[in-house]
Amino acid sequence: MSNVLVYAEIREGVFKGINAELITAAQSLAKETGGEVQLALVGSDVDAHVGEAQRFDLVRVFVAKHSELAHYSSQGHAMALEAIIERGKPKFVLFGATAMGKDLSARVAAKVGASLFTDCTEVGLKDGNLKVIRPVYSGKVYMETVSKAAIQMCSIRPNIYPPAERRSSSAEVVEIPVALSADAIKGRVTETIKATTGGKDVTESEVIVAGGRALKSGENFAILQKLADVIGGTVGSSRAAVDAGYVPHSTQIGQTGKVVNPKLYFAVGISGAIQHLVGMRTSKVIVAVNKDENAPIFQKADYGIVGDLFEVVPLLTEEFKAMLGK
Amino acid sequence: MKLVALIKNVPDTEAKIKINADGTDIETQGIKFVMNPYDEYAVEQALLIKEQLKDGSTVTVVSLGPDRVMESLRTALAMGADEAIHVSDPAFEGGDSQGNARVLAEVLKPVAPDLVFCGKQGIDFDAAQTPPAVAEYLGLSQALIAVEFKLGGDGKTATVKRRVEGGDEIVTLTLPALVSCEKGLNEPRYASLPGIMKAKKKEIKKIALSSIGLGAGRVGKSAAQSHGQKFHPLPERPPVKMIAGEPKEQAKELVRLLRAEAKII
Ligand SMILES: Cc1cc2nc3c(=O)[nH]c(=O)nc-3n(C[C@H](O)[C@H](O)[C@H](O)COP(=O)(O)OP(=O)(O)OC[C@H]3O[C@@H](n4cnc5c(N)ncnc54)[C@H](O)[C@@H]3O)c2cc1C
Ligand SMILES: Nc1ncnc2c1ncn2[C@@H]1O[C@H](COP(=O)(O)O)[C@@H](O)[C@H]1O
Repeated sequence: MSNVLVYAEIREGVFKGINAELITAAQSLAKETGGEVQLALVGSDVDAHVGEAQRFDLVRVFVAKHSELAHYSSQGHAMALEAIIERGKPKFVLFGATAMGKDLSARVAAKVGASLFTDCTEVGLKDGNLKVIRPVYSGKVYMETVSKAAIQMCSIRPNIYPPAERRSSSAEVVEIPVALSADAIKGRVTETIKATTGGKDVTESEVIVAGGRALKSGENFAILQKLADVIGGTVGSSRAAVDAGYVPHSTQIGQTGKVVNPKLYFAVGISGAIQHLVGMRTSKVIVAVNKDENAPIFQKADYGIVGDLFEVVPLLTEEFKAMLGK
Repeated sequence: MKLVALIKNVPDTEAKIKINADGTDIETQGIKFVMNPYDEYAVEQALLIKEQLKDGSTVTVVSLGPDRVMESLRTALAMGADEAIHVSDPAFEGGDSQGNARVLAEVLKPVAPDLVFCGKQGIDFDAAQTPPAVAEYLGLSQALIAVEFKLGGDGKTATVKRRVEGGDEIVTLTLPALVSCEKGLNEPRYASLPGIMKAKKKEIKKIALSSIGLGAGRVGKSAAQSHGQKFHPLPERPPVKMIAGEPKEQAKELVRLLRAEAKII
């Protein structure tokens, strides 16, 4: 009977998509241990999200509210989550491997003496303990490890688990009082700046259309954007495209950019340098479009087209449009 | 102001990672270890603040690990750090991130830093776990993945811009605080020749288990909270399917395969 607690990420008033994926992982752990799936909602006006939380198959929703938690703060949110853990007594606590999840999880783990595995791509159980797989050495190899702590935490990468089904449940809502004074919080988020590119972040996207140096200009990235729009994707890039000033660093994928794990990844005019591959090679399906048949990217791709991107990509966009009836 | 940079030794980014025969570790033989690239930004940021303040502020660099970390500590001294601490004891070996963070926090207590800079993550285990744990153990405020850092005019606060999904966040901190550094925060300097010569003569202070307030059971392997570590190679992808034909046919065929075969669209 080991309970599984999911920390629900709420940013800018939005109940993030990763939460439904974490619930799926939690449900599969709870099924094996016979424990309950719990959700932690932390913030100031999180009541607005209780209804959303109750649409999932959960046993309990813990709500920790405080006016001091209106803006994210590592210290404040960690204290609130600690109070929830004391009450819910989970053996497992799951976070998204997101900026917020990584900020909070290690703090809370240190607070409650839990073990923590970050950035996992697979979670399961071994003899009732958390067993995970996580990429290490910039994704060059995978490491498997098993916890032996009393409380076992992990953060899970986006797009690993399918979102949990929504059907109204009768999850009990439990309010957890948090004692917080303003001076217990020494740092907080005071402003959020949206990226000018708009849309989803590459790490949150299930489909990525990434372009490299071959795009030749920032304007030409519109060709990729059109394809992305048709198939519900986000535009990504190689470092060469960022260094040339075509697109902002926030779109860069690879060792010094972001690590992504979409269902479908288009590498368009990208040669496939190792530093780029480590950021995208766990993608489920990889399509490469390159005019050089010997480009290394073809060795990592599932489907390859040798051709001029300026010709091939617009044709692809048309074909997808036709198929999707757009 | 007391400025600290925490540095770690990791395999060079170009290193070929090979798994050992029984899969329990990687082969370290022949691997070149360097200062974690993100820690260079941490050292640089501490030096920039010291130079900005010109008030006798000092930069202390600290590393926990085997003797090879001394090379990275020397590099940091050559860049301009005032003092280096090598946290070293057989008892610390085999520690996990949290155990190491607990030790580092104990080492930092008497230093009483105003600002601790770390790398965003170690490019070995990509854990990104030590910095927030150190912050928690020392009761510091934190801002991770910093791309901009501004010290408040009063020297008691700082504003940090950090990278998050879909944009940036501004975090306002009251010191003492911990900041983990992302590429773009600054341009780490190269050590100058006089700097290297001076660094050679500087003493690297050693701190062992006996000089911190933790029992042997709270550090290293005996405090590690995981076991059964096993390394796996990446799964091989099936060979690529090259799509031939005229561009129009290629596009049509790819879209068909993504639906009919890969079942992704
Ligand atoms: C420490 C370090 C960290 C790094 N981090 C990253 C990182 O995070 N991310 C990253 O991406 N890189 C990173 N790099 C850089 C990496 O090594 C490569 O230089 C970079 O990925 C190359 O980008 P590219 O593929 O766009 O450009 P190129 O290598 O120049 O490739 C362009 C490709 O486009 C093809 N092409 C040209 N014209 C056309 C056309 N009309 N139609 C179709 N194809 C065309 C060419 O055949 C070629 O294969 C890093 C390097 C170092 C040393
Ligand atoms: N053994 C160590 N000694 C000193 N600093 C460390 C050590 N391990 C981690 N750090 C710091 O914490 C950062 C993140 O490391 P990690 O948590 O291992 O990903 C590093 O970039 C260092 O700044």
